[in-house]
Amino acid sequence: MHERPRHWHQWLLILAAFAAVAILLVMPLALIFTEAFSQGWAMVQQNLTNPDMLGAIKLTLIVALITVPVNLLFGILLAWCVTRYEFRGRKLLSTLIDIPFAMSPVVAGLCYLVVYGAQSVVGNWFSGMGVQLMFALPGMVMVTVFVTCPYVARVLIPLMESQGQHEEEAAIILGASGWQAFWYVTLPKIRWALLYGVVLTNARAVGEFGAVSVVSGLIRGQTLTLPLLVQMWNQDYNTVGAFTAAGLLAAMALVTLLLKTILEWATQNTSQDSAEPTVTEQDTP
Amino acid sequence: MPLLRTQHSVLPGFTLSFALSVLFICLVILVPLSGLAIHVSQMSWAQYWGVITDPRSLASFRVTLLAAAGASGINAVVGLLLAWVITRYRFPGRRLMDALVDLPFALPTAVAGLTLSALFAANGWLGQWFEAVGISVAYTPLGIMIAMSFTSLPFVVRAVQPVLEDLTPDVEEAAATLGATPMATFTRVILAQLMPALLTGTALAFTRSLGEYGAVIFIAGNMPFETEILSLLVNIRLDEFDYGAASALASVILIASLVLLFGIQLVQSRLTRRWKGH
Repeated sequence: MHERPRHWHQWLLILAAFAAVAILLVMPLALIFTEAFSQGWAMVQQNLTNPDMLGAIKLTLIVALITVPVNLLFGILLAWCVTRYEFRGRKLLSTLIDIPFAMSPVVAGLCYLVVYGAQSVVGNWFSGMGVQLMFALPGMVMVTVFVTCPYVARVLIPLMESQGQHEEEAAIILGASGWQAFWYVTLPKIRWALLYGVVLTNARAVGEFGAVSVVSGLIRGQTLTLPLLVQMWNQDYNTVGAFTAAGLLAAMALVTLLLKTILEWATQNTSQDSAEPTVTEQDTP
Repeated sequence: MPLLRTQHSVLPGFTLSFALSVLFICLVILVPLSGLAIHVSQMSWAQYWGVITDPRSLASFRVTLLAAAGASGINAVVGLLLAWVITRYRFPGRRLMDALVDLPFALPTAVAGLTLSALFAANGWLGQWFEAVGISVAYTPLGIMIAMSFTSLPFVVRAVQPVLEDLTPDVEEAAATLGATPMATFTRVILAQLMPALLTGTALAFTRSLGEYGAVIFIAGNMPFETEILSLLVNIRLDEFDYGAASALASVILIASLVLLFGIQLVQSRLTRRWKGH
């Protein structure tokens, strides 16, 4: 499909695409690091070792470390359920999982505040037990789980659907248990896609802003994640500090893009590998 | 559970995976959503209507809708251009361009907002050129539009790309042999086949833009009646502990985005069925 451009108008199109990418994507990236380093290394180091910054990094990591495994497990369960069985409501289940994608993060945060906040029945019960859900870590984890729950399932469902289930069925008929069939047959086939889902989930969990800002209460030194710290320092006119925190997040985004590209390539290769035997079977008479 | 099953499978684990998935979806997605619905239904119709038709709310609807529409328009054009160039031509930097398209999904929205506001500020790298011709971008509706188009750009590219890859050149060649000009071939043959994907991508970008918050608040200036988006107004009402008004406004965004989501999926499944039917 890819052809070498021959006419001048084709080169013009490519040039326009490069201009769009440069203005919309490359310049913002370059600006982040330029601003962060605008007052030298010492300032960057000072910002990076600021207690607020260290606290924000720690909190962000904690939120991501809880969110990612939860959604990994849920994503596998849902994808297995939706792609391996025919049942009523199958379509509905895979539609419901898209809701977090379509919802405004602020609205998501508000929903959680209404249901789990101190005035609600559930929130009241928890605060009676001495657990504060909203404006604290539990609430921040809960909304992050909500916002990132579609990613693993969305990556796995099309892949597992296209791979089919003949190999798992063969394993079961040959006497494997359900766990063995999953562990030795399914998992090796989906491992790259799974990792891809984890990378996407992690990127969103680390970078979530709107939903978390609603339920965090923005308590300095306590409930500020890195993206919230970016906003806080920007409001304080600590521009270099804000851009340093932004630089950390942008570095995470770049690593995410790199891993994503590698994993997409790996996923395509594995699915081609598993498709090959059927092609040769058809070829040989 | 056998009641639900329409076809038997030898694979075990249906009950476990089904029960846990449904439990998770209920706890994480449906309970909070219905919580909001219950909260809103406790308001009287007059109260609800009063919040929604408040001049400040109406202004924020207008700002949000116009900016999202503008951003989707920009993305339809730029997204189609990027998808076309990436799938059609071979040139140095193509793979890098392909990878960079996903940057808006990977970059936290707060970072995008902070950077775009500095980039388009009156003395910024790009803002100074706009300022020279008398256009202010940062802290105006134009800035909101740019922030929205940044965060939703990948939707159009990634929706159009696979369809463009599957288009076989023979139809275009046939059109060219039958005497169609390149322009006619593009609009009548290629664009016609791309339309469903382009519309889906644009609709997804529009949905995302309606709810965008992080990227916008940095660049918007957030002046009531002028550059205040709906999500921000929800947040302001929350800070004032006016949960009723916040929920009423949130319900408007929520209904709009759910209608868009289900509408897009309905149209998509119709189209794929029609394609497979042929």
